[in-house]
Amino acid sequence: MTKITFRLPAEDRIVSGEPGESIMQVAVQANIPGIVGECGGDMSCATCHVYCEDQSGFKRISADEEDLLELADAVRDTSRLSCQLKLTQSTAEVTVEVPQ
Amino acid sequence: MTSSAEDAPARFDVLIVGGGHAAVQVAAGLAGKYEGSVGVLSAELHHPYQRPPLTKGYLSGEVDEHELLLRPASFWEAPGVSLLLGHRVTAVDAEAHVVSTQHGVRYSYGTLVWAAGAEPLRIGLTGADLPGVHELRTLADTAQFKREIGPGARVVVIGGGYVGLEAASASVHAGAEVSVVEAQSRLLSRVTGADVAEHVRQHHLASGVTIELDATVVGVMDRGGRAGGVVLGDGRELAADVVLISVGIRPASSVLADAGARCSNGVEIDLRGRTSLPDVYAAGDCTCFPTEDGARMRLESLQNAVEQGDVVAQTILGEEATYSVVPYFWSNQVNLKIKTIGLVSGHDETLVRRGPAPGSLTVVYLRGGRVCAVDAVNAMKDYVDARHVLGARVDPNLVTDPTTRLRDAFRPEVAGHGAA
Repeated sequence: MTKITFRLPAEDRIVSGEPGESIMQVAVQANIPGIVGECGGDMSCATCHVYCEDQSGFKRISADEEDLLELADAVRDTSRLSCQLKLTQSTAEVTVEVPQ
Repeated sequence: MTSSAEDAPARFDVLIVGGGHAAVQVAAGLAGKYEGSVGVLSAELHHPYQRPPLTKGYLSGEVDEHELLLRPASFWEAPGVSLLLGHRVTAVDAEAHVVSTQHGVRYSYGTLVWAAGAEPLRIGLTGADLPGVHELRTLADTAQFKREIGPGARVVVIGGGYVGLEAASASVHAGAEVSVVEAQSRLLSRVTGADVAEHVRQHHLASGVTIELDATVVGVMDRGGRAGGVVLGDGRELAADVVLISVGIRPASSVLADAGARCSNGVEIDLRGRTSLPDVYAAGDCTCFPTEDGARMRLESLQNAVEQGDVVAQTILGEEATYSVVPYFWSNQVNLKIKTIGLVSGHDETLVRRGPAPGSLTVVYLRGGRVCAVDAVNAMKDYVDARHVLGARVDPNLVTDPTTRLRDAFRPEVAGHGAA
């Protein structure tokens, strides 16, 4: 189980996720505002953009993800599509910031 | 507990009929903002789930049932919202503001949202009711199909649209022997152009799928009380253990039409989601909405369901919202990721662009010299750039040159000609 902190403009929300789940899936199930995940994780929409400082527990960004991020607003070096951030056993906790 | 016709029906301030993306979007849009009670009547027995992955990740085994849920169980347990599963609405009394279900249970409403989606088109084939004959619309349909497409199974797919081809792809991946039978002279004729259709056909052939074009099916053969194959219009027989009928869908609008709502190719709505009946809205695959050129169209798309659901929720909340359509679609088949922006219809020119990635093909569709849609196959950059060039004039030489990014292919508007 991974403890995920969603840093929102007004507050932090802490939710737990299971290995195999993506941060987008956890966010949608927890009704985290700002993470829509419209296409369900099929890399077609870019509505699950987050900033993630410590990405050591995740696969590196793919060329497709980098391209699709161009559709997101306010992209930074730490930008990721949270549908591509899959939780594993070894990640105890992670913090992501929800843009805007 | 029993319910008789004499009992006063349970009342919801907003009653949503349907359990798909549009229905959930309306409920989610009202959650936490709307003061009254919200009821959702779904004909299905599963909690609302995502439909696009059914024939993609779910069928291929990458996504499990739990991951498909659109909202967690807790969302439906929140005060103010009630999800009632297994309730198919069979009649609407628009004057009395009451619906009734297949079991004769009645619910009264203040506002009704019709988001009943669509049903698989049935073409009246003999033998279509035999065990082994499938259609794919719901999770239950897909789970059953998935159990039958193991190694060695012979699968015949009737209909070469997205659902049929995604199912063919998953079946061949599962080790089945697969044939696709398509009545038109090419695949995907309803949704894309000839270049993409041929590209997709080549990749399916290379993966081992057999494709019969210009081929009709006259019936399903009975072999010991199960599907044994199909008989084609030219008399040939294709042996099969599993037959999938995927020839399109029709909007679930007949109940609302019987209630007096204006319906044509679906339930007619305006840009705020209102039907011709008082206090009745509609959203999603079942609707037919006005377009800029004064016509009407129906769209089978996630984006359409979600955005119309948003508009209906906002309208109910008294906010100003209107629907505008820039649809996108996607399909994963064999080794191809097909992504479309805009509507591939009514175009008078196509420009083809081939990128360096394996299987890459991009087609830009123009109408009156302006981009009306882009298909990008294994070409994420082009998909992203397509949103920049939609509606614009482009330079054909730049579009077809894969070393120039598609978003840089604008042709300057000619000065002095005003708004062309």
